[in-house]
Amino acid sequence: MLSIKNLHVTINDKPILKGLTLDINPGEVHAIMGPNGAGKSTLSHVLSGKAGYTVTEGSVTYNGKDLLELAPEIRAREGVFLAFQYPVEIPGVSNIYLLKAALNAMRKHQGLPEVDAMDFLTIVKSKVKLLQMDEKFLYRAVNEGFSGGEKKRNEILQAAILEPKLCILDETDSGLDIDALRIVSEGVNSLRNAERSFLMITHYQRLLDYIKPDVVHVLADGKIVKSGGPELALELEERGYSWLEGQAA
Amino acid sequence: MSTSAQEIEHLISQEYKQGFVTELEVDTFPPGLDEDVIRRLSKVKNEPEFMLEYRLKAFRHWQTMPSPDWAQLKIDPIDYQAISYYSAPKSKKEGPKSLDEVDPQLLDTYKKLGIPLDEQERLAGIAVDAVFDSVSVATTFKGKLKDAGVIFCPISEALQEYPELVKQYLGSVVPTGDNFFAALNSAVFTDGSFVYIPKGVRCPMELSTYFRINAANTGQFERTLIIADEGSHVSYLEGCTAPMRDENQLHAAVVELVALDNAQIKYSTVQNWYPGDKDGKGGIYNFVTKRAECRGRNSKVSWTQVETGSAITWKYPSCVLLGDDSVGEFYSVALTNNLQQADTGTKMIHIGKNTRSTIVSKGISAGRAQNTYRGLVKVAKSAENARNHTQCDSLLVGDKCGAHTFPYVEVKQPTAQVEHEATTSKISEDQLFFCQQRGLSAEDAVSMIVNGFCKEVFKELPMEFAVEAQALLGISLEGAVG
Repeated sequence: MLSIKNLHVTINDKPILKGLTLDINPGEVHAIMGPNGAGKSTLSHVLSGKAGYTVTEGSVTYNGKDLLELAPEIRAREGVFLAFQYPVEIPGVSNIYLLKAALNAMRKHQGLPEVDAMDFLTIVKSKVKLLQMDEKFLYRAVNEGFSGGEKKRNEILQAAILEPKLCILDETDSGLDIDALRIVSEGVNSLRNAERSFLMITHYQRLLDYIKPDVVHVLADGKIVKSGGPELALELEERGYSWLEGQAA
Repeated sequence: MSTSAQEIEHLISQEYKQGFVTELEVDTFPPGLDEDVIRRLSKVKNEPEFMLEYRLKAFRHWQTMPSPDWAQLKIDPIDYQAISYYSAPKSKKEGPKSLDEVDPQLLDTYKKLGIPLDEQERLAGIAVDAVFDSVSVATTFKGKLKDAGVIFCPISEALQEYPELVKQYLGSVVPTGDNFFAALNSAVFTDGSFVYIPKGVRCPMELSTYFRINAANTGQFERTLIIADEGSHVSYLEGCTAPMRDENQLHAAVVELVALDNAQIKYSTVQNWYPGDKDGKGGIYNFVTKRAECRGRNSKVSWTQVETGSAITWKYPSCVLLGDDSVGEFYSVALTNNLQQADTGTKMIHIGKNTRSTIVSKGISAGRAQNTYRGLVKVAKSAENARNHTQCDSLLVGDKCGAHTFPYVEVKQPTAQVEHEATTSKISEDQLFFCQQRGLSAEDAVSMIVNGFCKEVFKELPMEFAVEAQALLGISLEGAVG
């Protein structure tokens, strides 16, 4: 469903990704690990369409479409979801309002009728329950005054409602204590199914104890330098990244 | 990769939706202003003698006054002799007795603006006075209001029917020599609405006036006077639009509110005068004096304004809190885009004991616009235990616009409590991208973020107006993303 071929990306002419190749099939969970500055967040931003990055070479095909041609909101409506590392606050806009506007934007794109307020409430409440969240969350302004854990859980709630095809988790584990990590991971696991794919970006192996990946990749200096099964993550935890740097995949 | 330049280009070229002109036969005075023009004006309107005296006194005073230059505004000099001071649709000479007699073209104009004057089509619960250029062309639900004892009519009609009432209150809140534009208005005002709510009456419906400037090279000088007698309640709304023209047009209104003991007035404005094009050509100069006197004990006046239009806005709806325990409120959203300028805010003058005031101001600046909040909180020596809370927030969209805040505080009473909070923020790229990543277009995202920012003010508006105001913000912001 996602095929990245020889992707080169620069920021202000500085090369960040230098020939990244990656294929994700429906239902697969891929983890990307790597040292700071390897280009992990750049990858998530380029896939979701954030401004400021220049693709100089390579291609990204998503469900048969050239992903890089699409505006960020179109990518989102086509099912690409990014759970942000640092979710922003939007004062005065309630969570439930944002969720409804977002869901209806998706449905409109898919040629479906908009959901009415009552049906929407039913959908939202079931997801809130699934993620063991307090319904009060829905009526608070988006991320305003949320703790780190609440913000991350809120991202997963959005994913649960928007039901993306490709879910990119950008350091979803950062800033979480062990209890919050467990709850967020359970939320993610509840979203796994045979069609939905995940791309998890993380520094630490511990997230992978909770969300079991099918494939683990090591990203270093703008390229995938090694891929393997879950055991690769354990090896990295033990040996660090330095032994892999400078290697080709 | 985010909003493309093309998309922005397209959005900017969106037209002001109320910018059409109605072709009508009109009676228009030739441009120019002197005592003869004022005499003619007073005669055309068949006014009582005291009105002519009032106008002439104001005019003589105005001639001695300089145009104010203290606001944070760049205003090209205005040639007051190049403006026509009276323009009215011809059919209106005698004044229609009922809606059936109103020129159908005028009814169409208001229908196009979304203000059907036909009582059958009208949302029940709102009475409308429609002011077209210099005259009121129709007032709906007059009969129903009369049954409740409420007077709601054009001020020109009130001068015929209730001259004593008008004489007693006109100019009692904003005297003829109050300021340059108020003096001009007092000399040449043509029409506007008059409201009197008798003792103990809760007005059975919302009252509203819809102001429309149509003719070219004319000014609109309307006058509104609302009196809420003891223990009465009224909620009043006003809306404004004008055609798109390359010349600037002057709108210098005066609004006076009087609240007696235990009376309450809620005054809401959605101002959408033509703002000029994206290069700052044309647009309305909106120079307005609005003031309320809480004369009675325990009276309350609440101003809510949503200002999205006009090339230049100069406006400070104020409350003079004379009565003990009286309350003044000011809730404002002022949005400027492209080359619009706004210098707006309020004055809260505390004179009575235990008087309270609240100010919530939200300024939004986009494009190359300049947006200024200017507010005065004054506590007189007599105002024991006066309290004020001011919250003043500015939001910037893009990096070529400006926000300014000038709070003045004068306190002469040691038991007073005055609080001022202010913030300035910017819609960040991160906020925009976050919303886009959730499937919203950039323009919907900006509109949502701005609406969130204005929430505290919108919740003060009557329901239907709140919906209109939200939609208006979206339209006014089109092209602001980039």
